[in-house]
Amino acid sequence: MPLEVSLKKKTGDFLLDVEFVAEKEIVALLGASGCGKSMTLKCIAGIETPDEGRIVLDGEVLFDSKERKNLSPQKRRVGYLFQQYALFPNMTVEQNIAAGAGKKQRGRVREMIRKMHLEGLEDHRPSELSGGQQQRTALARILVNEPKLLLLDEPFSALDSYLKWQVEFGIADILKEFSGETVFVSHSRDEVYRLCDSVCILTQGKSEGKYRVKELFDNPQTKSACMISGCKYFSNVKKTGEYSVYAQEWNVELTLSKPVEDTVSSIGVRAHFIELTDVPGENTILCRVMRVVEDVFSIVVMFLPEGGREQIRVEMQKETWNNWKDKTLWCLKIPQESIMLLKE
Amino acid sequence: MDWFPLLNSLRIAFLSTIFIFFLGILAAYYIAKLPRVMKGVLDVVLTLPLVLPPTVIGFFLLKFIGPMGPLGSFWLMLTGNKLVMVWYAGVFATVVVTFPLMYRTVRGSFEAFDQTLWYAGQTLGRSNTWIFWRVMMPNCKDGLLAGTVLSFARALGEYGATSMVCGYTAGRTATISTTVYQLYREGNDELCYIWVAINIAISFVVMVAVNLLEKRRASGQKKDARRRQHAT
Repeated sequence: MPLEVSLKKKTGDFLLDVEFVAEKEIVALLGASGCGKSMTLKCIAGIETPDEGRIVLDGEVLFDSKERKNLSPQKRRVGYLFQQYALFPNMTVEQNIAAGAGKKQRGRVREMIRKMHLEGLEDHRPSELSGGQQQRTALARILVNEPKLLLLDEPFSALDSYLKWQVEFGIADILKEFSGETVFVSHSRDEVYRLCDSVCILTQGKSEGKYRVKELFDNPQTKSACMISGCKYFSNVKKTGEYSVYAQEWNVELTLSKPVEDTVSSIGVRAHFIELTDVPGENTILCRVMRVVEDVFSIVVMFLPEGGREQIRVEMQKETWNNWKDKTLWCLKIPQESIMLLKE
Repeated sequence: MDWFPLLNSLRIAFLSTIFIFFLGILAAYYIAKLPRVMKGVLDVVLTLPLVLPPTVIGFFLLKFIGPMGPLGSFWLMLTGNKLVMVWYAGVFATVVVTFPLMYRTVRGSFEAFDQTLWYAGQTLGRSNTWIFWRVMMPNCKDGLLAGTVLSFARALGEYGATSMVCGYTAGRTATISTTVYQLYREGNDELCYIWVAINIAISFVVMVAVNLLEKRRASGQKKDARRRQHAT
């Protein structure tokens, strides 16, 4: 049941321009808050209308600006799990779930209550439930209607952190069992890594193609993708040779293990690959210590590359720093394989 | 003692409250969906009766339902009766005067209504009518009730517009408020005090009811918050 989404919508100065396809998988929309993730879900569900574009689910056109087709949300068979769950406060758990059931699915309400472990809570109101129970009720209400597509909007954001793990396991099981497509909106790369198959990155309203989840973390193509995958260190670069670049912010020439394409404009390095050494050599940056901050279990040292512009923050064990702090020469080594070449 | 003014006031207030209940809800619901400029203009027009002197409203009403007015002349032609100087003319007056109270209160509670509940209903395949009656109305019921009670109280106490369209005929169009004025003019202080006392008593009861409703709404919200905290 493939889902094809391609839409544009302008609200004020903000332009949403999203394009992706989901086929037998859980697709994450990953991006900072305010980048248009929820708006995209609302457009897919039919609550908001895009200015132009086309949305197709399972061969059925839900929206097409050219054909002037716009199916009402009621007819789209899309299950939408809202951030705060949007349970009807005036109804009990059972009534809420029954509200999701069409005529054909009336008999499934009991079954859903059992399946979602809500027995004994049938007559409770949403306000009497814990966060996890509320979410299970909301999911039961959605699943009872047998949707073709699940939209999950930050499903863990309304939960206390110590509850999150348990609830995440529950969601993971449900997603595994669900036969349709799932679009999962999140700003947490960890959640996405654990739960999703592929990921579509949204930066200020614009989507940037789709990655397999593993691919995003191992080999991001653009700076924004790299940034959202959790990479902390970036420098703009100029190509100086087939296998070398000059990193402007760090004032160092770096050698690479793969050839540099002309379109490469910056590099990224993950924090845990940076090594501390006192031997200058290939791919090492001579640094000055600008500041040392003691944390609960670790030490954070801010290094400034000689002649460079941007500080590099390195976190290390307290003992490690004790061994290093009396040295006169500090260098940061960036291993060749850890350098990610990025386009704009 | 002649109880007619109390009876008449009550039936006028009841009737106009029934009209205002539906009118206010419909207006609040549809106006909330309009584009911003239209909404602003209609909002001002519909709230105007709240600040206009009741005599101005009475004047316009007479022009509309009087024997020469469009509705009044039509009614006269149809039934041979006038629409003014009869007890039910008071219903027109009180509907116009109390409309802003209902409209404003209902609109306030509609605006406070969580829109995602509406979206949730839609994505679950429920019709807009179902969502309106089963989700929106129950969740706004305290606001609706407060608006209704306030409108009823205001209708009961209406004087200016009512006296212009109903006049004062003892036993036919007299209401509590017009009776008080009439008795005062006649210098009948004794009876006047009784009607004043009745008026104050009714208003008192209504205001207590409104306050209790407000309190229940506030404590309901607090209790919900506490329960949620307790549950998580």
